[in-house]
Amino acid sequence: MQARLAACTACHGEQGKAGADGYYPRLAGKPRDYLYHQLLNFRDGRRQYQPMAHLLRDLPDAYLRDIATWFSDQHPPYPAPAAPSTDAAQMARGKQLVLQGDTARKLPACSACHGAALSGVLPAIPGLLGLPRDYIGAQIGSWQSGLRRAAAPDCMADIARRLEPADVAAVAAWLSAQPVTQGNTPPGAAVSALNTTATQAGAPGAEDGGYRPAPVGSVTLPVHCGSQESVQ
Amino acid sequence: MSRTTWRHIAGRALMVLVLLLVATVALMYWLGTREDEPTRTATAAIADPAQRVAYGAYLARVGDCAACHTARGGRSYAGGAAIPSPFGTFYGPNITPDPQTGIGAWSADDFWRALHHGKRPDGQLLYPAFPYTEYTHVTRADADALYAYLRSLPAVHQESRPHELDFPYDQRYLLAFWRALHFKPGAEPDPGIAAASMSDAKTSAVASGPTAPGSVAPGPAAPAPASQASVVRGRYLVEGLGHCVACHAPRNALGATTGAGLPGGEILGLGWYGPSLHAGLAADGSSPGLAQWSAADIAALLRDGVSRHGSASGPMAEVVTGGTQYLSPSDALAIADYLKSLPAASVPKVPPPGSATLQRGEKIYGTYCVACHQSQGEGRPTAWPPLAGNLSVTAPSPLNAIRVVLQGGFAPATAANPQPHGMPPFGQVLNDDDVAAVVSYIRNAWGNQAGGVTALQVKRAR
Repeated sequence: MQARLAACTACHGEQGKAGADGYYPRLAGKPRDYLYHQLLNFRDGRRQYQPMAHLLRDLPDAYLRDIATWFSDQHPPYPAPAAPSTDAAQMARGKQLVLQGDTARKLPACSACHGAALSGVLPAIPGLLGLPRDYIGAQIGSWQSGLRRAAAPDCMADIARRLEPADVAAVAAWLSAQPVTQGNTPPGAAVSALNTTATQAGAPGAEDGGYRPAPVGSVTLPVHCGSQESVQ
Repeated sequence: MSRTTWRHIAGRALMVLVLLLVATVALMYWLGTREDEPTRTATAAIADPAQRVAYGAYLARVGDCAACHTARGGRSYAGGAAIPSPFGTFYGPNITPDPQTGIGAWSADDFWRALHHGKRPDGQLLYPAFPYTEYTHVTRADADALYAYLRSLPAVHQESRPHELDFPYDQRYLLAFWRALHFKPGAEPDPGIAAASMSDAKTSAVASGPTAPGSVAPGPAAPAPASQASVVRGRYLVEGLGHCVACHAPRNALGATTGAGLPGGEILGLGWYGPSLHAGLAADGSSPGLAQWSAADIAALLRDGVSRHGSASGPMAEVVTGGTQYLSPSDALAIADYLKSLPAASVPKVPPPGSATLQRGEKIYGTYCVACHQSQGEGRPTAWPPLAGNLSVTAPSPLNAIRVVLQGGFAPATAANPQPHGMPPFGQVLNDDDVAAVVSYIRNAWGNQAGGVTALQVKRAR
């Protein structure tokens, strides 16, 4: 399969561990259905990136699912996190939005859907760590402008549209600065009650430090999520 | 002679000229709009309605109707796919049975008229982006099967998007003159064309199993000569529903294909090149091109998307995906037999590029390409196609090779090759000079003699 997917890894890195710059995100270890949905979205015009659309144009659903499966099964090590922003207030704002949200503005915490460890939730919600700052900012921006879409109800589009530019910058700065080494434990929290999840989801001794999506049904979502709910 | 006499003669002459002009215009308009109904049909309609629908579904695949009538990610046959051209952008219309926005109100005669005469039910002329110039060769029985299939689809209520054409191409009545020059309704087809297919259809539409790459023909290593019936059937598919000439022949300034055969040509609006489907005849006496392909190889490419001589890429990958992979083994072989029956076409000698370019290209090849395409350009079929003798690499136009290097691409996924290999895009890592050098190299190495490529050609293709 690795040989068949040279067209993918040329940009997304060996095993899909991410490209050299911020444009080609990590694919390895993301939930299979998340990856599958993105392949469908690129092929069918719900995400806009011509090189991806060109490559996927003649590939049927079955092969796209195989490709998604292969990348979701790869677990190469994560790179070192980005240097934290020098703006301490921005980092604090980012951490707060990610872990607590903002009830006054009806913004749920990122962790409410993406898992307490921000490692994603099976089958289709992706993890948020190990991604470049620019990539995170660009994706939220695409959701705000409608360039990026997901299955309805598109919860991420609703939330992205409620974010101010400063919020996006803060969230991207904080997320990209978190190390991906502690398995399924909440970043910034002591290793404690969530150890059960870690042992379930993360294979001990894996190169990715056990940073794996939380199991299906382990998180009760505060919003309706078309991507998560449409998976058969 | 007096001035009045001169004036009289000049006036007469002018009047004659005007009359001649009017007569010519009228004649052309008549030629472009006339209909000669064939008096009989060569093939009888399929009597069983279910079988007719099934065969119609098969024919819709052969014609790859969905390529233009289904938008990316859209409902099947509900229209909306963009067809770029030098005259503007066409949008394939909704052909589901919705009475308001589709063709639900069309009769079988209306449908036949569109296919055979290129006219809408109200008599308006259709743009030949809808290839009725080829579909006019489809038999009435096949048209009726297609019609029956389209009627069986779920109706989708979705307005067809209007074409966005430049002036004067947006003036539909002018098509009469285009048709006078370039369209002749199909003659009565050879009665033999559909005889084999009807029995074929009963099985092929439901169960056309996968073939191992390169082993489509059940025959021995030295292929038996193609039967005349197979060649006739192949010609019918190639010149009719397959509309191969749409990409594999040059077009004139009015977008018409004029010459005979399938000599290859640039695909207007797409920036790809449809290679010649004739056997080559080089100045040194060698036979490049399709001469190297057996009929079984051609059938493998059509059905599997890959063969030992090359893989389908670009628009042909789309054709395999939406169309030819569904061909019955005998129809795929019929097309191959017909193509193998085409006369050989001479390949002009082209001067090779300079040695500095070739050296640079060879170095780039050694860095990026050799791992898959191998040191002698032999590739590892069917995963990685050979570049030596490759139709797209050695075509007169370097467009395909440039595009594949820039954009990469997967071979189409088919029953025999469900997990195709993909070529990485190199547009990000190689600049225009690099791409020009490496494409020049592969076009002139290992016996290839196709000439050089400039950085400007690469820049234009980006």
